Amino acid sequence: MSAPTDTVQPLLQLQHVTISPKSTPSRLLVNDVSFTIEAGKTTCVVGESGSGKSLTALSVMGLLSQQLQLNTGKVLFNDHETGVQDISLLSEKALQKIRGAKIAMIFQEPMTSLNPVLTIGYQIGESLTTHLGLKNHALKNKIASLLEMVGIPPNRADSYPDELSGGQRQRVMIAMSIACEPRLLIADEPTTALDVTVQAQILKLLDDLKTRMNMGMLFITHDFGVVADIADNVVVMFRGEIVEAGAKQQVLNNPQHPYTKALLACVPDAEGKKDLKPIDYAWLPDRNLQSTGAAI
Amino acid sequence: MSEYILQAKHLTKTYTQRSGKFGFGKTLVKALNDVSINLRAGKTLAVVGESGSGKSTLARCLLQLQSIDSGEVIFAGKDLAKLNAEALRSMRKDLQMVFQDPFASLNPRMRIGDLVGEGLLIHGLGDAAERKNKVIAMLKRVGLTEADMQKYPHEFSGGQRQRIGIARALVLQPKVVVCDEPVSALDVSIQAQILLLLKELQQEMALSYIFISHDLRVVRHIADDIVVMHQGRVVELGKVADIYEQPQHAYTQSLLAAIPGKKVANG
Repeated sequence: MSAPTDTVQPLLQLQHVTISPKSTPSRLLVNDVSFTIEAGKTTCVVGESGSGKSLTALSVMGLLSQQLQLNTGKVLFNDHETGVQDISLLSEKALQKIRGAKIAMIFQEPMTSLNPVLTIGYQIGESLTTHLGLKNHALKNKIASLLEMVGIPPNRADSYPDELSGGQRQRVMIAMSIACEPRLLIADEPTTALDVTVQAQILKLLDDLKTRMNMGMLFITHDFGVVADIADNVVVMFRGEIVEAGAKQQVLNNPQHPYTKALLACVPDAEGKKDLKPIDYAWLPDRNLQSTGAAI
Repeated sequence: MSEYILQAKHLTKTYTQRSGKFGFGKTLVKALNDVSINLRAGKTLAVVGESGSGKSTLARCLLQLQSIDSGEVIFAGKDLAKLNAEALRSMRKDLQMVFQDPFASLNPRMRIGDLVGEGLLIHGLGDAAERKNKVIAMLKRVGLTEADMQKYPHEFSGGQRQRIGIARALVLQPKVVVCDEPVSALDVSIQAQILLLLKELQQEMALSYIFISHDLRVVRHIADDIVVMHQGRVVELGKVADIYEQPQHAYTQSLLAAIPGKKVANG
């Protein structure tokens, strides 16, 4: 499966990924999704709830639930050591070596993704011990420097998650995910549950880290405002399919697909110049689908 | 005086927090520190601030869902804080709330018809047939159907549930509605639908809204007046257009600067 590592080879390539429930393989939750992520760049996947954006991200990590299956498609990950390999074919054991070390993920809900009975220092240290074998003093120092990097005083390492605010918890999640300096960071709506001021800080932090560590980032969101701040490339998903993909400037300023236009039109602006507009499904050819648009 | 439908004067509310080793110590947190607001009749007053700024506490204290330590809440010439339980209950007919999380605020074991009609039942408005008609009319108004009365909350999407929450609050034909982050749990694409619905209903039913939010893009579109809260205090208040153009307080400026996607504001 391995090919010689090439510098122009992108970091991650999804090729024709299709996901469906095991019980009804004909129902395609993600249908023929292909895109690439380059090192040091951020690709934003935008779509409404149920568009398959989170499933796409989970399939990269091999974290799809038991009821779902990856029908077809390749997830090609370009690793320094092993070259390009299709990580969807790897065994659970091989995947565990990649998860956390090479590919890391930040989950949506900082409130529920941390273990409430373990200190944040322990939780950050877990992957360091597993993947890098750090212990004792070295481990403590590394945890302290990670906390500092995300803007939390290092002496908070002995705090429990409930002693931290929502923004701080999300910072802990980020510290955990970047602990092993992954090549690829997947962020699944990392700021949706947060205040705007905190959101702005977290976005800036992620952007800085991405540049400093030359990470590729797969960023999932439903807010075009966030896309404008952080993305290099944009992928718009609708009902499991990619309807439009391209560079940020092109997608935001000159959207081609009617769904992208409709989605952009319903983002309220801060100046109040633009009228509020409900999302428009009039472009859908099927009348039945139009009326159920809000229910998906 | 009649310009204002609801006034809060010098509200204070203090929470006691356990602290120190084993929680033997006590810290006092001032959730509301001398907060005064005025809601103009038929208008929308937005309360903005980050989590922990006291905006949800303010909402709950206005409706007396939580007791206040001191201050007055004047509605229809009466101080709500001084009313007894019975008088307050009948007053609540005119003061309703739309909650933040449409997934947690609807009883999963009740059918939509019962959920929406519950307020009518409690306040003894009309007989069974009248109540049913009112519920149907309200459901239709918010974009649902008569058949939905028999369904349970889990059968609906987030946006639809928030419509149910709105129907539940408005079926009593209240005068003041407190909306506590009504769209923050929804997709951006659904937000606009709900906001437009709230705006239309405000026109039709002559409602006054108190709109709690941390999303300044949303507030710009729905509010007439704005109150900015920070650490339990009101740091700035005024007309929306004025504050957005010339924010005076440093905290307001930082909130406005944090709005995502300024670069595509005209997109």
